[in-house]
Amino acid sequence: MNVTISAVAIVLSLLLAAPSTAPAQGRSETLLVLVESGPNSMDIHGVGANFRAYGASWNLYDRLLTYGGKTLPDGTRSYDHAVLKPELAESWQVAADGMSVTFKLRRDARFHDGTPVTARDVKWSFDRAVSVGGFPTFQMKAGALEKPEQFAAVDDHTFRVSFLRKDKWTLPDLAVPVPVVINSTLAKKNATDKDPWAMEWLKNNEAGGGGYKLESWKPGQETIYVRFDDWKSGPLPKIRRVIVREVPSAGNRRALIERGDADVSVDFPPKDMADLARGGKLTVVGTPVENALIYVGMNAKNPPFANVKVRQAVAHAIPREKIFEAAMFGRGALLTTPIATNTFGHDPSLNPYRTDPPRAKALLAEAGYANGFETTLSFDLGNATIYEPAALLLQEALAAIGIKATLNKIPPANWRTALAKKDLPLFINQFGGWLNYPEYFFLWTYHGQNSLFNTSSYQNPEMDRLIEAAHLESDPTKYAETVRAFTRIALADVPKVPLMQPALDVAMQKNVTGYQYWFHRQLDFRTLAKP
Amino acid sequence: MRASLLRMVLRRFAAAVPGIVGVIVVTFLLNRALPGDPAAFFAGPAATQQAVEEIRAKLGLDKSLPEQFVVYVRDLARGDLGRSLTTGQSVRADLLARLPASLELTVCGLVFAVAVALPLGVLSATRPGSWVDHLSRVLTTAGVSLPIFFTGLLLVYVFYYLLGWAPAPLGRLDAFSSPPKTITGSFLLDSLAAGDGALFLAAAKQLVLPTLTLGVFALAPIARMTRAAMLGVLGSDFVRTARASGLSPATVLYTYALRNALLPVITLLGMVFSFLLGANVVVEKVFAWPGVGSYALEALIASDYAPVQGFVLVMASLYVLLNLVIDVLYGIIDARVRIEA
Repeated sequence: MNVTISAVAIVLSLLLAAPSTAPAQGRSETLLVLVESGPNSMDIHGVGANFRAYGASWNLYDRLLTYGGKTLPDGTRSYDHAVLKPELAESWQVAADGMSVTFKLRRDARFHDGTPVTARDVKWSFDRAVSVGGFPTFQMKAGALEKPEQFAAVDDHTFRVSFLRKDKWTLPDLAVPVPVVINSTLAKKNATDKDPWAMEWLKNNEAGGGGYKLESWKPGQETIYVRFDDWKSGPLPKIRRVIVREVPSAGNRRALIERGDADVSVDFPPKDMADLARGGKLTVVGTPVENALIYVGMNAKNPPFANVKVRQAVAHAIPREKIFEAAMFGRGALLTTPIATNTFGHDPSLNPYRTDPPRAKALLAEAGYANGFETTLSFDLGNATIYEPAALLLQEALAAIGIKATLNKIPPANWRTALAKKDLPLFINQFGGWLNYPEYFFLWTYHGQNSLFNTSSYQNPEMDRLIEAAHLESDPTKYAETVRAFTRIALADVPKVPLMQPALDVAMQKNVTGYQYWFHRQLDFRTLAKP
Repeated sequence: MRASLLRMVLRRFAAAVPGIVGVIVVTFLLNRALPGDPAAFFAGPAATQQAVEEIRAKLGLDKSLPEQFVVYVRDLARGDLGRSLTTGQSVRADLLARLPASLELTVCGLVFAVAVALPLGVLSATRPGSWVDHLSRVLTTAGVSLPIFFTGLLLVYVFYYLLGWAPAPLGRLDAFSSPPKTITGSFLLDSLAAGDGALFLAAAKQLVLPTLTLGVFALAPIARMTRAAMLGVLGSDFVRTARASGLSPATVLYTYALRNALLPVITLLGMVFSFLLGANVVVEKVFAWPGVGSYALEALIASDYAPVQGFVLVMASLYVLLNLVIDVLYGIIDARVRIEA
């Protein structure tokens, strides 16, 4: 009996003597961030590196350049796509012939292990990005960065990029998440003959010099970052430690942030964000995602949507405002043209369509479908919170003009495959481009090169010519004219009916400041602060 | 006795081999038969067709099905379960890291369910028609009829969001505690081994709601089975004889009746444990619990073959082990069950 009592006493005293101050102490210097799911790699060049891996890479690594910031009309902060700023490069100079650019690197910059950053590291990293294939190589190509021969380490702190052709996207493309500067000495130590680019090692380890170091990473659970106190590429970050926890249930993420147990939370359905914003207890920032569009797509190659009149009929039938209300709860923005509200060339006056069912019916009759037809309306279940209400309203509106659409809900794993076949007749989808130029968006989604994102297989030589012309145009007036011209064609031929612009929503405690919107939609811990 | 036990264990293992081979073949084929293209999925939102093909080749998915199977079996023989693309890690490492979380939760859920359901079953059997019996009926009906994710979300809403009694549903530990040094993988045991009372408490707190969610689900079958078995045994001749011989009611109830009624309950516990492992998938998702269930679920959504195959394989092996343990337990509880039988 005595033994039991003393055992109980020991357990009790252990429980009571627990140091309850320890968590509180960690709390004030640490930022707790909640996400739905986390990174699958620390290496943005890795095969299948996911969306959250971009964010990890953004904070762990430096790039030569970054973008400046600006304050938006609603008072929130955003990066500024028009302003390039030094990061690892102190300065840069485009050659007189316009065919190369020379970067001067910071002399005091070091990697996390203390090794000085040299131009050889930059060369190795860029060679890697254009050589490993897949997404990084493709993104470099968007800035006309294609071959290792383009990159030269002139001396320890001078790095030169030679151009294959003059392309206005080359410099902006050096400030996106892909062209990271890797500690090549460290990486090479962990490379093998079979794996010269240390893909295996860098997947689970970082070799960066960015504002944050990796403290620990448990895939599928949490990632912990700790400030790199020796960081020279910008002002020293204010937050000492960042814990990113993966909480799959949106309801729980909401409960956690509402009760004040988390500092920042992302990945909410629009309805939750609208509720939280109304609640007023938190700072809720929703920035319409630049150069992004949620649209109703139609297959321009196969009947019945191959007939432009049928597509125009659909454009007249869509109850856009109702869909926006039901699906987005006022988050994001309504779009009547393919160009997003915060991208050059946004001009709602170009929209020739009004919700007008009689006109839609007349157009269908002209096209020879007076009695309507049957089709399927497909969407990605991964985005069901937005797409499902939109699809239901669209289905109803189409039924009113005689088009019987059956809903085809496709699981996220199959969505890309379904799109790639390019045989979906009618679908809801979205696309967003990192570089905030209208012709960049059009190149992927309307150009006859028929990339995966030209989901309608739309072909029009005049459209192709205008997109290419806009890319090369340096005269501002002519550029604006060209953009207007291709927007008009996109609306007249209407392979996609623009619906709305998604929002990047973030909920924060009131005491968290310094949040800035980025085109890559990831959190930049370096600017955040908490008293 | 010892030799025969060993022989039995070996024989049971041998008998399980065809089953495991079947599981390997079926999961392999099933995963490939599922629609969805992992290469397209992992190529990311901005990939060209060429990039997708490059990834397909890297994943070995451009090979023929038999070739892929040979590669898979060869790797399996080396203990290599492949690589998860969702977490980027080897499946074996992922499963080893996550299995303790699932097992700890499942065992806690089962212990809770047994602790509540056994007395409930016995009481309602000895007093059929009483208020205890009715309470038991209401509880068990509610337990099976409430969907498990609903129970989970409801508990979180009431005990965390409204009342603030439960800790944040952030997985096995709150964000500011670090896990104990791994010995068994169970945070409860490991924190005790490390003599860290605060950590034990933190881990125990996190376990309360998931355990309740899982346990409530398992109450019904155990309580009903205990009640039915007890009723049967209490009405049997040997109990009447025992009572007539003047043995105390407690001795009759516990030594004679309960022990005999436990046999079907133990069989049932094996099954309950198996389906709790399955139910874990949902509970883990609700409570951000880093177990194997949520892992397999994520992988399935991404049509990431290797983790799903690994998960099914591990589960199949666990079931085989579990059945073996139960067979051995039979012999201990009821001497009439000969191991040869």
